[in-house]
Amino acid sequence: MISLNHYLALGAVLFGLSVAGMYLNRRNVIILLMCIELMLLAVNINFVAFSAYLDDLAGQVFVFFILTVAAAEAAIGLAILVVLFRNRKSIDVDALDSLRG
Amino acid sequence: MSLSPQELLFYVFGTALIGSAFAVVTARNAVHSALFLVLAFVSSACLWVLLQAEFLGIALVLVYVGAVMVLFLFVVMMLDVDVAAVRDSAKRAGPLGGLIALLVILELGYVVTAKRLGLDLLPSPVPKPGDWSNTLELGREIYTRYIFAFEVAGVILLVGIVAAIALTLRRRGGTRSQDPAVQVSVKRGDRVRMVKLPSEERR
Repeated sequence: MISLNHYLALGAVLFGLSVAGMYLNRRNVIILLMCIELMLLAVNINFVAFSAYLDDLAGQVFVFFILTVAAAEAAIGLAILVVLFRNRKSIDVDALDSLRG
Repeated sequence: MSLSPQELLFYVFGTALIGSAFAVVTARNAVHSALFLVLAFVSSACLWVLLQAEFLGIALVLVYVGAVMVLFLFVVMMLDVDVAAVRDSAKRAGPLGGLIALLVILELGYVVTAKRLGLDLLPSPVPKPGDWSNTLELGREIYTRYIFAFEVAGVILLVGIVAAIALTLRRRGGTRSQDPAVQVSVKRGDRVRMVKLPSEERR
């Protein structure tokens, strides 16, 4: 039988992979945004699994709102990216240092 | 040992999910990354349907694959990225990234398998009867107990629309377009000029 641990382990591996992706793709902000989406997906898998195993719909409601906010975040993030590329002709993370942060 | 159908489906979709996530972070081409991300979303939607979260599974496919990933593909194809430079940085950061990913997975794995939490004692969910509707139950929760959060989510989406349009809207010089406000508020004096001409003598 599939236990809750199976789903949690799946979420953990997915989260770890997307953390690695953050380091591997420092030159491309688009893939960084994709890694953030993967992280949210890993968290959502945990929410849905807990919701099913505890028989409580609150987890699925939470995933519903995470999906909403993630869609808005992706839209605004990509809009910022387009403006950035228009101004700097590059989406390299290392080149984005005009704020001297 | 033989696998039950649910276990078989779980392992198939889980493998597809992990494999496509790995391909997302290692693909050479950003378009390939986006397409593998679509595969990851579809396989996790299947996993959610397996967990009897049908509405969210369908919503994930509709919202993510249908809208967000199309937006991603659109932006990837609109910007031309120097692929060679990207590869170069991946070679440098590869070992560090792998190490940190391994640490994260080990830490999360330790929490998941800790005996004290007793996560493995939770019983498997009993299959719901055939006339049980996940969408109906979820709608009941969202439209009653979480109605305020639902409306806030609507406002967030509206802010997202306005922000995305305001950020990317660009006024180029040199384009010819009409300005209705100027057209409406035009005065007679702006258009017509009365010229006084002396009449000539008839010869």
